[in-house]
Amino acid sequence: MLTIDRIQNGIIIDHIRTGMGIKLYRLLELEQQGVPVALITGVHSKKYGTKDIIKIEGLPALPELGILAALDPHITVLRIENGEISERLNPQPPQRLTNIAKCGNARCITSCEEGIDHIFERSDHGQYRCIYCTRVLTLD
Amino acid sequence: MRHLIEPMDFTVLETERLLALAEDIAERPEAYRDVCAYKKLATLFYEPSTRTRLSFEAAMMNLGGKVLGFSSADSSSASKGESVADTIRVVSHYADIAAIRHPMEGAPLRASQYASIPVINAGDGGHQHPTQTLTDLLTIQRRAGRLTGLTLGLCGDLKYGRTVHSLVQSMMRWPGNRFVFICPPELSMPAYLLAELREAGIPFETVERLDEAIPMLDILYMTRIQRERFSSAAQYERLKNCYILTPAEMQRGQAHLAVLHPLPRVNEIAPAVDDDPRAAYFEQAGNGVYVRMALILTLLELGLE
Repeated sequence: MLTIDRIQNGIIIDHIRTGMGIKLYRLLELEQQGVPVALITGVHSKKYGTKDIIKIEGLPALPELGILAALDPHITVLRIENGEISERLNPQPPQRLTNIAKCGNARCITSCEEGIDHIFERSDHGQYRCIYCTRVLTLD
Repeated sequence: MRHLIEPMDFTVLETERLLALAEDIAERPEAYRDVCAYKKLATLFYEPSTRTRLSFEAAMMNLGGKVLGFSSADSSSASKGESVADTIRVVSHYADIAAIRHPMEGAPLRASQYASIPVINAGDGGHQHPTQTLTDLLTIQRRAGRLTGLTLGLCGDLKYGRTVHSLVQSMMRWPGNRFVFICPPELSMPAYLLAELREAGIPFETVERLDEAIPMLDILYMTRIQRERFSSAAQYERLKNCYILTPAEMQRGQAHLAVLHPLPRVNEIAPAVDDDPRAAYFEQAGNGVYVRMALILTLLELGLE
């Protein structure tokens, strides 16, 4: 059985879809935060079968947590203080994502001209679409 | 300052006003022949599209204005690597309004972000072609007398046809319309569009044969099916003649049917159909000039009462 120590003061990102943990780790630039981080993948989940978890000791200045909700509305974020859950954060997906990822459409203007921000707007159906070519953003 | 990058940039009311202006222009062209005197339209065509470019140029000339621009990227600063943003910033000093045709999706939107003049999307790759959609709407309105309560058949390549997608999304905005999609299974309407229709409660059906659908239609919109879109040559051979409009199919159509096509047509409409009074595709091209005239006036805020 895999055992990771409980964190004392920090953040737990739970119920990450299996395989997405490493992508979140990179998106949130966690390796640059200078604090202990544990990325656990494929652990058992009563709700989803398996899941990934990220535990962060300390309270670094994290990028916009709304990105997490944008990627997966099932993600939960828990703030830990003195070893106990002090707050359950419900980040709201932002209306717009800028330079989180590149548009994957080779025929989009963003793929051939430099200096253009990759901007994605949230649609009524919760998808993020490139504002230039309207292709849906996928981070899988 | 407004731009037209996609059809939804105009509300339903604004679209109706623009079409009404286009109808007035068609009825009284002499009243508009000097409205754009001393105004210049820049046609920035990064890829060839002779008919669209000529239509825009004719529109501006009919309004008494002048035209400048380029007809391919080779003859523009793009060949030196200049960005769309820089080009439009410069052109904004030369012209009062610009029409941009570009092979890359989103290029006209990019231009509109840096332009100090109105920008019209004259087609961006397989993405949008809003003035074609407005042309289609005007043709339907002039033929049927309305944009409501119509049964529209869309025939041919419905999977990759941008004009078809745009027309459906536009006609959804007016009440009482229903759609008949006539296509082989591998070229069906994209799932996201069908989902939009269901969510809006708009009736539609999908059939494989044109001769079965045509008796129920008020409007038939034909598009070309390309051989390479089929997964197998055998499938293409089996289906290729099911989506060709001939006098035989026209005999099954109603007397008030109007047949549209964005052109150019290849073999999907037989030349024998051209003299049928229900063939509207050549006047459709003419309507494109009126629509572009109305659009130029609207964006330059010269729309007359």
